[in-house]
Amino acid sequence: MARTTVKIPTPLRTFAGGSREVSVEAETVGAALRHLTEAHPELRRHLLTPDGRLRNFVSIYLNEVDVRTLQRDETRVADGDVVSIVPAIAGGAPAEAHPGRRPGAPAPAERVAAPFTPEELRRYSRHLLLPEVGVSGQRALRRSKVLLVGTGGLGAPAALYLAAAGVGTLGLVDFDAVELSNLQRQVLYATDDVGRPKLEAARERLERLNPGTTVVPHRGPLDSSNALEILAGYDVIVDGTDNFPTRYLVNDASVLLGKPNVYGSIYRFEGQVSVFDARRGPCYRCLYPEPPPPDLVPSCAEAGVLGVLPGVVGALQATETIKLLVGVGEPLIGRLLLYDASSMTFRQLRLDKNPECVLCSPHATQHGLIDYPAFCGVREADPRAGIPSVTPEALKAELAGAEPPVLVDVREPQELQISHLDGALAIPKGELPERVDELTRARSIVVFCRSGGRSAEAVRTLLDLGFQHVRNLQGGINAWAKRVDPTVPIY
Amino acid sequence: MRTVRIGQDLLEQIERQAAGDYPDETCGFLFSGAEEAYATTRAVRSIEPAPNSFDGERRRRFVISPMELRVAEERAAGRSEVVSGFYHSHPDHPAVPSAFDAEHAWPWYTYLVVSVGARGPQGVGAFELEADRPRFRPCKLDVHPGAFVRVEEPAAARAGR
Repeated sequence: MARTTVKIPTPLRTFAGGSREVSVEAETVGAALRHLTEAHPELRRHLLTPDGRLRNFVSIYLNEVDVRTLQRDETRVADGDVVSIVPAIAGGAPAEAHPGRRPGAPAPAERVAAPFTPEELRRYSRHLLLPEVGVSGQRALRRSKVLLVGTGGLGAPAALYLAAAGVGTLGLVDFDAVELSNLQRQVLYATDDVGRPKLEAARERLERLNPGTTVVPHRGPLDSSNALEILAGYDVIVDGTDNFPTRYLVNDASVLLGKPNVYGSIYRFEGQVSVFDARRGPCYRCLYPEPPPPDLVPSCAEAGVLGVLPGVVGALQATETIKLLVGVGEPLIGRLLLYDASSMTFRQLRLDKNPECVLCSPHATQHGLIDYPAFCGVREADPRAGIPSVTPEALKAELAGAEPPVLVDVREPQELQISHLDGALAIPKGELPERVDELTRARSIVVFCRSGGRSAEAVRTLLDLGFQHVRNLQGGINAWAKRVDPTVPIY
Repeated sequence: MRTVRIGQDLLEQIERQAAGDYPDETCGFLFSGAEEAYATTRAVRSIEPAPNSFDGERRRRFVISPMELRVAEERAAGRSEVVSGFYHSHPDHPAVPSAFDAEHAWPWYTYLVVSVGARGPQGVGAFELEADRPRFRPCKLDVHPGAFVRVEEPAAARAGR
């Protein structure tokens, strides 16, 4: 026998001698309630049906847990346990409103969404206490699906807060591996993640943070061929991209699918945030109909960025996302928030819908996705121009020919574990000058890295050292994987 | 018979919510001071919309889940209030409790019913379940103009100002 406390709800206290709680000796929840109704027979008709079953609109909690998720009446109680009687409240309009529920049919209270587990109640208690979120808001978060395009500076903090907040499904789009230079701001990753695909490291970290969040990785770059299909599965899109082609792509796909796009961007000490929802306000194209010339706006890799800046902006994006999902507050629709970390100021600009927007106005001329690299003029701006190169397709043919070239892989050792090309000689770029003797000058050489940048520099080095027949593999091993050998992983 | 006292501002808030949710039913909590909730004149101190978690035809039904109620009670305790009742709307039906209301109601609580049609609020009534269920009896509804707190200000405080 255990001594437990039964908490009486306010409306029933008059039937229990005015007591807030009654102490009973019992072994199970059911027995505790029986003792209670024996001691206070007036309670009986409010708690039990004439045949002794618990009324439809009464829930019984053992400590913090609905006993329906335990062993119901048979749930065992221990000394000091608290059994709470909690009414569900229902009602409705008369007349045709009362078709007469069949006896035994599930009551509405039993058809609401699955109750939160005790762990969930504790995990989200600070949300549950907020009137603006509460149980229904938390449930909305659990039901929701958010897509993060990019898991870098912006995506990393946003992903952490969204997972922590209990968003049910987080989709991640990325194709990069974690680099040491990312760790200054991309707080999702740790030092021992360097070299691993971001998606893999992010998924692990987020699932460790909140096992209740399902992380769905979408490997590879988002482009016109896959964007609509990927975005369609989500409620809110969070734009954490670092380049204009993808930013226009995310905007256009969101507008075409009628989904809100939580936009953020960063540059050195400054950040911008807005929510683009073409159904209720402007889209990114209303703000910027045309991209800037490709060389005008350098990327973070070129210009640098204060590490904590994307933390602030990404957290603002997460805030707006949660507001949209829960349906509280004033979303940042039709407003552009400008943040300057250096002067520590926030400013707001009003954004109006462009009545001539090619995408979201009544006069729209664009009704599908376009070629975004061409639109943004980045295709010709390859810094690798001037370096002799070979396409993956041409290399494949040469490798099958009579005089196959020597393959040199200049990636770091950890990258080799992700993907490799058979027969390639592995010399990390930094070691190339010292290990140049390992290379033959008699045969043609093709150098590759992940995406063609580092290998272009390596080709320049070799040419400077007097090598004659050296070429760069265009797009690196990822392009090879995409265009020649799909069994090679892309990262 | 209990008297239920509510400020015009709170009642208008409820009516606006009912009109906004029309043709669906709307629902929410009524809060009173922890002591005065038990008095014969029960003053409604604050209100709060509740999510209608009925998993079906919300034009004719509302359900406030036990968990919502628990959380609302916890919040109310923080400001020395208790949940003293509930409000809900009857879209296109008069402001009187339905048989369904009575069947599922609890004693002691105040049930405030707002009738709402396409043209807005059509009337309001307050009810309480009889102790030997399941019949409602009407309460006297005392609607105060303006914010309730002003009305309740003790005379001494007014005189001293």
